[in-house]
Amino acid sequence: MDLNFTPEEEGFRNEVRAFLSKQLPKDLARKVDYGEALSRQDYLGWNAILNERGWLAATWPKEFGGPGWTVVERHIFAEECALASAPRLVPFGLAMMGPVLIKFGSVEQKAELLPRILDGRDWWCQGFSEPGAGSDLASIKTRAVRDGDQYVINGQKTWTTLGQYANKIFCLVRSAQTDKPQEGISFLLVDLDTPGVEMRPIKLIEGGHEVNEVFFTDVKVPVANLVGEENRGWTIAKYLLTHERTNIAGIGFSTRDMQRYKALAQETVRDGILLAQHPFFALQAAEIDADLEALRVSNLRMLSRAKDGAAGGIESSLLKIKGTEIRQRLQALYRQALGPRAAFNADDMSENELPLPPEMARAAPVYFNHRKLSIYGGSNEIQRNIVAKDVFGR
Amino acid sequence: MNFELSSDLQMLADTLRRFFADHLDIEIRNETAYELPYHAPNIWTKLSELGILGAFLTEKQGGFGGTAQDISTVFEEVGLALCPEPLLGNLMGLRLLAASGRVDLVERTLSGETRVALALVEPEMSTDLDRLSARAELRNGSWQLTGTKTAIYGGPSAECVLIAANTDEGLGLFMCSKPEMVESSMVDGEGISELQMENLSAECLGTDMGEVIADVLDLGCIALCAEAVGAMERLIAMTVDYLGQRQQFGHKLSQFQALQHRVVDMVSALEQARSITIRAVASYGTPDQARHVAMAKNLIGRAAIQVSEEAIQLHGGIGMTWEYAGSHYAKRLVMIDHQLGDRFDHASRLVTL
Repeated sequence: MDLNFTPEEEGFRNEVRAFLSKQLPKDLARKVDYGEALSRQDYLGWNAILNERGWLAATWPKEFGGPGWTVVERHIFAEECALASAPRLVPFGLAMMGPVLIKFGSVEQKAELLPRILDGRDWWCQGFSEPGAGSDLASIKTRAVRDGDQYVINGQKTWTTLGQYANKIFCLVRSAQTDKPQEGISFLLVDLDTPGVEMRPIKLIEGGHEVNEVFFTDVKVPVANLVGEENRGWTIAKYLLTHERTNIAGIGFSTRDMQRYKALAQETVRDGILLAQHPFFALQAAEIDADLEALRVSNLRMLSRAKDGAAGGIESSLLKIKGTEIRQRLQALYRQALGPRAAFNADDMSENELPLPPEMARAAPVYFNHRKLSIYGGSNEIQRNIVAKDVFGR
Repeated sequence: MNFELSSDLQMLADTLRRFFADHLDIEIRNETAYELPYHAPNIWTKLSELGILGAFLTEKQGGFGGTAQDISTVFEEVGLALCPEPLLGNLMGLRLLAASGRVDLVERTLSGETRVALALVEPEMSTDLDRLSARAELRNGSWQLTGTKTAIYGGPSAECVLIAANTDEGLGLFMCSKPEMVESSMVDGEGISELQMENLSAECLGTDMGEVIADVLDLGCIALCAEAVGAMERLIAMTVDYLGQRQQFGHKLSQFQALQHRVVDMVSALEQARSITIRAVASYGTPDQARHVAMAKNLIGRAAIQVSEEAIQLHGGIGMTWEYAGSHYAKRLVMIDHQLGDRFDHASRLVTL
């Protein structure tokens, strides 16, 4: 048994770390640390820096502009980025649309669209969920009817993350009525400036705007915008959702959050006791730390199997459940550590009014926002169903 | 043994429930909350006319209630309706004004003409008054206060702020008219202030107020516990309702046993919360007061967070939206744990009692 990375992998880690310390703009990392919303330009600026280095599209093969990394290198890169408080890489173009085009797209689609993802000309968003189709994704109702060399789309999508920054959307649409709901689904690409597309913001629990509703009224798109075969979109969706689950354990995020909590616990006093030594706080932190260490090893075990091409669905489901739980417990502990002052709504105040240092001021809004982690990307209940099917043999 | 409300109290609860149902739907609530001064004068006047503020004081103090049961009855309705008005700050302020014999200010507050808030909590002190660090000095016949007060509930809408600070004789209570404070909403939209004092001039209401302030702190905790019970009851009802409507995989979500069990755990948490609040109410004014209030606030903190997090999760994406009323209940419930000592503070307190 050997839990260490190889010298080559450690060398790669050092290279990534050196790159981040030099290239990641400090004000951007500070925004990420403070839990502030990032602008379109914040994301695109960071993407451009990574693209310049050839590190933007971690999962893409070299021939399409990816770095050609192993799964372990991808893991190291993601972990180092999180530890350095780099902006998260918005997955819809890089981790979803890209891999889908590479596997299912036509030669023309690949040639036209992949470079536009890398250089930031296209910002993709996701049109999967509908008001009546969340966990039960195959029950989507948005229809696409073939009319000559066009499809005509009518329906509604929702929970479209960062759609307000996007110029294009990939959609699951119902193109045929079949007995099995999975069979009549197609995967269509739509320009958001096509007549009949309307995007409306959804305000989240803490007041932020990161998801949207998208309405389609007689939206006409060329048949050339179909990816793969008509009525075979479900296969693509399933493939894409497995990509959504890479880096699902969020080890880097939790590690960074644990570091932030420990720093806070070294300077915060409750009942005359430093939180780092306060029995109730110390117990919670120690237990989360133990869970995180175990998850770190679970993640490495999965990586090791994935390297041999043997990672199944249930490992990623288990990592998603535990990983999101740990992140949420850390957010809750951080919020709790701030005591009575956690109640202040930082978005209501100018920076010089804040009763807490700005890196702490948004603890409660971030806690509420991160309740989404156990809901999106296949809710933790759906992940449990996947594992249960495996455990009980269907 | 009798767990029924008296007919007078039941009438007060019914009146309040009707008033909130008629005048405080979630849209109106959210227009008041989240916007300075986090308080609606017309609602406040009505609450005063309905006798809600009077219920905070005994007849001797100028009101017509004043028992812990009066207060918990009012606050359970406040929780059910998610009323954002600064009732907690005014409850605590009124009790202290009455204890200091300030009949004039009591009357003006009861009439709804003016509002009061209490500056007691400090960044490192929520429950243990021995650790209170603000100081008051008498210089040339005038009291001057120094220190930091935070979590002043209802501060943005208060004309009069009562401030707890140590004197050479004991824990003092002081009064200041509209001091300059940071004004904000809480994450749930209610008003909150922070006060930095450096030789702030204030009027002295008493220099031996430790016991009275501790008692008011317990009463404030009872109010918060009752409010949480009301808010949990409503949020669980909304969750049950949603699971009965939402269909996925050809079934109502309420038909999935795994989800049913989680709702049952929420109901169980609510019943525990209700019982410990009744315990604290019954022990108010007895030697068990501190112990049972600490137990109640600890248990409520745990139950409120469980119900809040589970309600959001069971609703899925809808529970994450501002537009859905349940999300505001969920935020309120989590904030209640942060107010007047969280579950850790009250567990620490229990260890010493």
